[in-house]
Amino acid sequence: MSEMRTCESTGLKIDKTAENMVMLNVTTAIIFLAVGGAAALLVLLTRWPAIHLLPVEWYYRWLTAHGLVALIVWILFFEMALVYFGSAILLNTRIAVPILSKVVYGLMLVGVTLVAGMVLTGNADVLFTSYVPLQAHPLYYLGIILTAVGALLGFIHFFINIAVAKKEGKYKKTLPLVSFGLMAGCIIGIMTLAHGAAIYIPTFLWSLGILESIDPEAYRLVWWGLGHSSQQINVCMMVAMWYMTAAFLFDAKPLSEKLCRTAFVLYILFINVASEHHLLVDPVLSTWHKIVNTSYVMHLAVLASMIHAFAVPAAMEVALRKKGYTNGLFEWLKKAPWGNPGFSAIFISIILFGFLGGITGVIFGTEQFSIIRHNTWAITGHFHGTVVAGTTIAFMGASYQFIKIFFRRELIMPGIAKLQPFVYGLGIMMLSICMMAAGSFGVPRRHWDYNFSDAPFGYQFDPTVDVFMSLTGVGGVIATVGGAMFIVVTLGSIFAGKKIEK
Amino acid sequence: MAIYEPEGNWWQPIHKDEKIWFILALIWMLVSFFYMPIQHFIGKQNPPTESYRVSAEDFDGLVEGMVKKYQIGTTGVDNDVPLVQPNPDEPVFLRASMWEWYPALRLEKDKTYKIHLSSMDLLHGFSIQPINLNLMVIPGYDYIANIKPTRTGDYRILCNEFCGVGHHTMVGKIEVI
Repeated sequence: MSEMRTCESTGLKIDKTAENMVMLNVTTAIIFLAVGGAAALLVLLTRWPAIHLLPVEWYYRWLTAHGLVALIVWILFFEMALVYFGSAILLNTRIAVPILSKVVYGLMLVGVTLVAGMVLTGNADVLFTSYVPLQAHPLYYLGIILTAVGALLGFIHFFINIAVAKKEGKYKKTLPLVSFGLMAGCIIGIMTLAHGAAIYIPTFLWSLGILESIDPEAYRLVWWGLGHSSQQINVCMMVAMWYMTAAFLFDAKPLSEKLCRTAFVLYILFINVASEHHLLVDPVLSTWHKIVNTSYVMHLAVLASMIHAFAVPAAMEVALRKKGYTNGLFEWLKKAPWGNPGFSAIFISIILFGFLGGITGVIFGTEQFSIIRHNTWAITGHFHGTVVAGTTIAFMGASYQFIKIFFRRELIMPGIAKLQPFVYGLGIMMLSICMMAAGSFGVPRRHWDYNFSDAPFGYQFDPTVDVFMSLTGVGGVIATVGGAMFIVVTLGSIFAGKKIEK
Repeated sequence: MAIYEPEGNWWQPIHKDEKIWFILALIWMLVSFFYMPIQHFIGKQNPPTESYRVSAEDFDGLVEGMVKKYQIGTTGVDNDVPLVQPNPDEPVFLRASMWEWYPALRLEKDKTYKIHLSSMDLLHGFSIQPINLNLMVIPGYDYIANIKPTRTGDYRILCNEFCGVGHHTMVGKIEVI
């Protein structure tokens, strides 16, 4: 039988294998975040006009690497940890198929290594989206497929675990809300990876010469079923981390289980077709098709985020008021544990995700705005507001909590840990806003030289653009410092932190 | 607590404050939902929707035919991109390829042109600056934008979809007289 311990701080019964898998995946994720962050710095310093660091081939190569590692690898490994956390640990049960969790980890690691090898040897200068007919080495696609198969098995493992838990009576009727949110993420994950298979397997065959061609527009349509929907896995899991933090730190109870759960269901139902907003200025699709899928469907998914945006802070407020912080409107917020990076990171994630990433997403996703923002740097600013300021910061906050609960270590350098979410949040906020400002003047994304020095016709953007390009650089450097603080503190604590005794 | 299974019947009526928030959010979403199609009819900023399949060879032939018929010169001393002043009553063909927009166009103010866009090789991004209007250009597809220039001047077409190492040099030209 599996070995269990009772957690001192949460009272959960923790299975040793599940705990080990959580720790392995979190540690791997953080190491990859360091790689993704280093790539980010190289790309950033190239776009900063005063520095313009990398030569053109290496700029696109590191940009490809940055996109893959920071957006996919770091987040996906962390999400695998959340799969075991949500389906085994929170249910006081074991991992149903321990060998499967090892296969998942192995497949993902082999896949990622293949992809990274191909990208850094110059065999896959196709950027993150690898739009056909741009072609990479077959091993690049194979690497992606292996990673995706690994992740797919991981998401399926979630359902095996909860089925076994149910059979063994670990829960009666329904999952805890945090597990429910993570489950919504796993459902979207399975749908998303089906799109991934539908597009990457033919593309792999095409790269081998077995298929003659892939329609570029069909590729874009199906690829975004993977590319955008997978961001909704991140949103679900990020929101689950918000609820988890409210529960762990304040014993907060959701105001309405009914509404919170309905909101997660809205994500599942509506995000897939809404991904079509990536094709608003493409040929082929008709206007009505675009409008229905992007407006109607997208706004119902946004409604879900609006529900969480109220429910999480409200739950925290109620819990903190119960602790006696009842003076005025905001005493509870002032007295919140701002010195605990596990809390401050989560709160920053809630604020920045909503105001930076969420609102700009709703705006840029409309037909009329798409035509003046599509493929400009404003889009890059938008998704740094969602994925980085939202998901990455939330996962940073969760990492701090996990180090205490699972690694059972104290944080090294607590002074730096305390400041880290604020430094990182400030840097990303500045980066995101300045990217959007520069993009609003038409500066293209994924572009080595916005001064067009080698072009047949010169073009100079409005001089204001130079200011925003440079400020993006400054914001990015601040974020890099904040990111490095996170890496040093978490990896230092994981490997050398003082053990918490019983 | 969100980390435990809720006890008893959790399908309870929603608290008043949360209900107010939910209704406000719902109204906002409905406004957004209806306004996008409304703006499609009352506004003047809609992406074009007319498109056809076309092979690279056929499209190239159409471009060269137009250049032959309406070329009025070249763009200057540093390069020899043909400058073409097309007839507003006939379709205009603009070709994207690695890494060139071909040809350069001279358009007349307040005349409406049907501009056909297609790519010979990879995906490209048609981005007119400084007015900042962006469309995707896809190989195998002819995407038609009805464009009526309302201000004279010298405009640039940037490429804003990654198309290889020369991507940043892919700049074209439209003059409006």
